[in-house]
Amino acid sequence: MSLRASRVHTWDTWGTLEAPRWRPSSLLAMLLIGGLLVGSWHIAEIEPSLLFGKQGRRYMWDFASGLFPPNVSPAFLKLLIVSAIETMQISIMGTVLAIMLGFPLALLATDRLCFAGILYEMDGHASPWRRGLRRATYLAARMVLNLCRSIPDVVWALMFVRVVGLGPFPGVLAIGVSYGGMLGKIYAEILESSPDGPVEALHAAGAGKLSILTYGFLPQVFANLVSYGLYRWECAIRSAAILGLVGAGGLGQQIELSMRMFEYQETSTILLVVFLLVTAVDHLSTMIRRAL
Amino acid sequence: MYRLEQVRKVFADGTVAVDDVTLRVDPGERVAVIGPSGAGKTTLFRLLNGTLRPTSGRLWFGEEDIAGLSARRLRHIRRRIGTVYQQHNLVPQLRVVHNVLAGRLGQWSWPTALWSLITPRDRPVAASALEQVGIPEKLYARTAHLSGGQQQRVAIARVLVQDPAVILADEPVSSVDPTLGRTIIQLLVHLAETSKKTLLTNLHAVSLALDFFPRLIGFRQGRVVFDLPPEAVTEDVLAELYAGSESHMLASECP
Repeated sequence: MSLRASRVHTWDTWGTLEAPRWRPSSLLAMLLIGGLLVGSWHIAEIEPSLLFGKQGRRYMWDFASGLFPPNVSPAFLKLLIVSAIETMQISIMGTVLAIMLGFPLALLATDRLCFAGILYEMDGHASPWRRGLRRATYLAARMVLNLCRSIPDVVWALMFVRVVGLGPFPGVLAIGVSYGGMLGKIYAEILESSPDGPVEALHAAGAGKLSILTYGFLPQVFANLVSYGLYRWECAIRSAAILGLVGAGGLGQQIELSMRMFEYQETSTILLVVFLLVTAVDHLSTMIRRAL
Repeated sequence: MYRLEQVRKVFADGTVAVDDVTLRVDPGERVAVIGPSGAGKTTLFRLLNGTLRPTSGRLWFGEEDIAGLSARRLRHIRRRIGTVYQQHNLVPQLRVVHNVLAGRLGQWSWPTALWSLITPRDRPVAASALEQVGIPEKLYARTAHLSGGQQQRVAIARVLVQDPAVILADEPVSSVDPTLGRTIIQLLVHLAETSKKTLLTNLHAVSLALDFFPRLIGFRQGRVVFDLPPEAVTEDVLAELYAGSESHMLASECP
């Protein structure tokens, strides 16, 4: 009925349609992006001749040839296995700490859980103090997450080394805090984008906020949360290997030692181990995510 | 059951969705609200179930004016109002049993609710609700694997478990085919009759409203334009209700 009523476009009407055009604003944006790239090239002092010039090529060759052959003596490999396990454990404990920090903060940093949306439609009669407090908690949680995230993990590690001394523990703390910030932000975004329908239904049936969270929000986003947590664990393994450079244990510490002693053959073995470890973790987490 | 006095709902963008509605629904009544899309029917239902607060006017549920209640008191009211939605609004990732038992969330404490996700509580209640809606074998099925009609049955079972005084069904059959729609409306009417619950339905298909409801309310541009028994709802009345909008479903449904 509605089809019959509406006018059907035939092919001879296309000429009257307005074709899309380049808007001046998109041209301006493209000019700006171009200018930004040129400017960055200069300011970042990009100088390909330094890398690919005669001297550059010689240094590169010296360093690269120094890496070969990798040192595979049993004593050294044994040492590396211990360090590799340590790196692995730093990354696992760091990610666990990050989730423990990031998840609760994410709940506070989700506007739909704190003050906005369907759950608070009828909240007009709550006291302004209470509403202000809710908004303040939300903003505070966002600020804490931003702070954790904006300071690089290496800087956190340097600070924690000062506080708790050398070893794996400051590495765990550094990963926990900086990754907690990233996880919290993404978790909040995942929670904010979950479908609203079930939440409205549970709310309308008189369920409390915590029950709505457990039944309406979490089951819908659970797979996403786990998947992103696993992705962060992959990144944490790389970080854990680097953090050793500033004294936070694991393979990084071995890299730092071997470089300082000019034992580049040892460095190459360690880099190989890092590569293998990261690849293995990549595969493992992909497998787990597929199974979800 | 419900008493509305000059209820208005104006959204933040200035849209007047419900405009000066005065209405009374008695316990045990079966009422169908019909009208063109965009008339504000869904907003009316969200006012009735305590999801939205009226901008002005008074809205009594039983003895209480829910327009002015605190959040906590409202929660108690909401437990006594069950809603079935057009989009079912189930959690697709949960098993059917949890979606059905979600009707109990208003009564359960949070630890109880959490524990029930591990080992479902009140299994006989959930099973008997599913039995009543005709899909007892789906108790442990994944909700996402069910068809649209089966999901709507699960949503109805959730309302049965909630055991409210009134059932609001907001376009409950718009997302299923007409034959299945008729079956589901029959089911809702039957359940409301046997358990003596008030039933308010918001329907797109006029023929279903005429066949199953002793009272029809015509809703247009946020206002009640008629409130009549089905015998009095003539073609002329309907033509006026749907004037200028897409045709009502009566013609397309009865060839």
